[in-house]
Amino acid sequence: MTPAIDVVNVSKVYRRFARKKQFATLKSALLSGSLIRDLQPDETFPALRGVSFQVPKGCTYGVIGRNGSGKSTLLKCVAGISRPNSGTIAVDGRISALIELGAGFHPEISGRENIFINGIMLGLTKKEVQRRFDEIVEFAELQDFIDAPVKTYSSGMYMRLGFAVAIHVDPEVLLVDEVLAVGDQGFTLKCLDKFAEFRRRNKSILLVTHSLDLVEKFCDQALWLDKGQTKAEGEPKRVVASYIIDVEQTEEHELAKAESARLAASASAGASVTPERLPDNPVETGEAPADMFKATEGRWGTREVEITGVTLIGEDGQPGHVFQYGARVAVRMSVRAHRPTRDFVFGFGIFNADGVCCYGTNTNLEELQPDEFSGEGQVNFEIASLKLVEGTYRLDLAAHKLDGYPYDYHRLLYSFRVKSRTKDVGIYRPDHRWTFSSNIRFKTGDGNRRD
Amino acid sequence: MLRNLRALFRYRGLIQTLVVRDLKARYRGSVLGFFWSFINPLLLLLIYSFVFTTVLPGIHPPEMEPYALFMFCGILPWTWFSSSLLESSGTLIAGGNLIKKVLFPAEVLPIVTVLANMVHFFLGLPILAIFLIYYRHPPDFSDLFWFPIIVLVQLVLTLGLSLLVSSLTVHFRDLKDLLGNLLTLWFFATPIIYPMQQAPENLRWALNLNPMTHLSISYQEVLFYVGPHGHWRWLVALAAMSIVVFLAGYFVFDRLRDSFAEEV
Repeated sequence: MTPAIDVVNVSKVYRRFARKKQFATLKSALLSGSLIRDLQPDETFPALRGVSFQVPKGCTYGVIGRNGSGKSTLLKCVAGISRPNSGTIAVDGRISALIELGAGFHPEISGRENIFINGIMLGLTKKEVQRRFDEIVEFAELQDFIDAPVKTYSSGMYMRLGFAVAIHVDPEVLLVDEVLAVGDQGFTLKCLDKFAEFRRRNKSILLVTHSLDLVEKFCDQALWLDKGQTKAEGEPKRVVASYIIDVEQTEEHELAKAESARLAASASAGASVTPERLPDNPVETGEAPADMFKATEGRWGTREVEITGVTLIGEDGQPGHVFQYGARVAVRMSVRAHRPTRDFVFGFGIFNADGVCCYGTNTNLEELQPDEFSGEGQVNFEIASLKLVEGTYRLDLAAHKLDGYPYDYHRLLYSFRVKSRTKDVGIYRPDHRWTFSSNIRFKTGDGNRRD
Repeated sequence: MLRNLRALFRYRGLIQTLVVRDLKARYRGSVLGFFWSFINPLLLLLIYSFVFTTVLPGIHPPEMEPYALFMFCGILPWTWFSSSLLESSGTLIAGGNLIKKVLFPAEVLPIVTVLANMVHFFLGLPILAIFLIYYRHPPDFSDLFWFPIIVLVQLVLTLGLSLLVSSLTVHFRDLKDLLGNLLTLWFFATPIIYPMQQAPENLRWALNLNPMTHLSISYQEVLFYVGPHGHWRWLVALAAMSIVVFLAGYFVFDRLRDSFAEEV
């Protein structure tokens, strides 16, 4: 059986024109005799690089990837709107592309007339539109407004009408580009139902989306595009999982970069005080904020006891910045006492992105009496299970005297991210469980709950 | 290119719908609505009549009465021609959404522009007919046989130029402004408000190079002058040239087609 969509080694290069050329005019082009040259690109940007895949008939195929990875370009090439520079694309059957809904509506004329025009633009005949007209109007939920000019529609109405027309074209192959965000939840469900109906009728769908959930639930196969290249293809769960890992690694990388920038900034702020001079010259570097709970990042203290390094260690024993909800995480501080001391407290605090203190404690509060510390050492703060909701958090780490006199205070210099599959809100997610009396029932196994 | 031309035939339903939409949308919201299609040429005619019979009387030969009618024979088709070109210069950019987001044959847009303007031209014809009756200046019925042929030649020529202009404007936006001025010059370089006989001898050759000259003269001979249509040889030559212009225009359009989705 021939596949519905067969993409073989497709590359697409976008041409970028330098600023000067962009403003080139016909006159100047003619005068300088560069008419032909100006029509040539002087800089190119590869949007797709040798992408191949097949969508069998009746298959729902998801394409995921970051912004700028070439997803939409791919869809446009499959739709035939733009032409690839090399490679071939074969599509078996009528295509309808939900790329921009309602493109081609004329604002001055009524919804009714626009349905006809749009339907004909999408390849129907007048009679076919006539036959489907009532269905389209009903689907768009616009019975009362169908004779009003489209310019009076709200953007939601506009989108719904566009979607309704496009989906009633009855294509063999449906291309969808991130358009499910149109309308309320009810409408989105209706769209999904319509897609499901498509599948039952053995039609193919190529779906470009950022909603990984949708890909997992809905697609038979998935493709992950990265910088115009296929990074992974196949079973949606596996593709999505490897995509998530990659996104986390990038976040990880960015957090690490931001952290080292912060550390560099605070180090240069206190550059006048080097550890070697500290014993003779215990000056304060940087001002301690008046309100300790008001979050401003920085580093201050005499550094008689110095925090020389901080690492966050995940469940796998490797340093990291991105952790799953509920993971075991350890914060490892390397500390050095420049001279032996009997007066020391180690403190720890977590702040969320809004600067709200989620949790704070220190060894003194937990009634650990300092005895002696000299030389180099390690302090581990182990969290058995990270019960924070998804988000980015910052850390406060400190070494100070019992009376609060700061040795080395690191305020919000470290950050980490918590990932969770549950989009719950707040800060803290207590261990919990729902139970219901027997007359309250929930559907099971439809994929709505995943935990 | 030939395959695309054949495909164009399949889009006739689409073209028809879009022309109707264009006409409907144009006067939507105005009080007089469709009547503007009649009123616009009428007002234009009044202006020219005022200028040439009241402000500047006697610069036209006396045997050319009624002069208003003479001018009207040329102005109506000229309006079709010039508005088609002006509008098609912006039509691809205005329809950018269609080209970028929907699988849409771009050449439909300039074609629709030309056809919609042709409908306006047709709507102006009853006004012309009324004037012909009013001045008791009926054309020879045998000459009227040429009329559809002249219209057809003009259609082919205008389509070719529109395709050329619309595709080039995507790359050179200032073509649009350039075109406005060019059309003004073109208007005066065409015997519309003056008869060809009045043009200076040494410039006739230049006027003869202008395709609109022959269309204008043909309209005038068929509708205004008494006697048989003597300009038909020119018209046949122009018909051949129009087909060349159309194919050339379509060729350029076809070559630039792939760049539209990225440039508009």
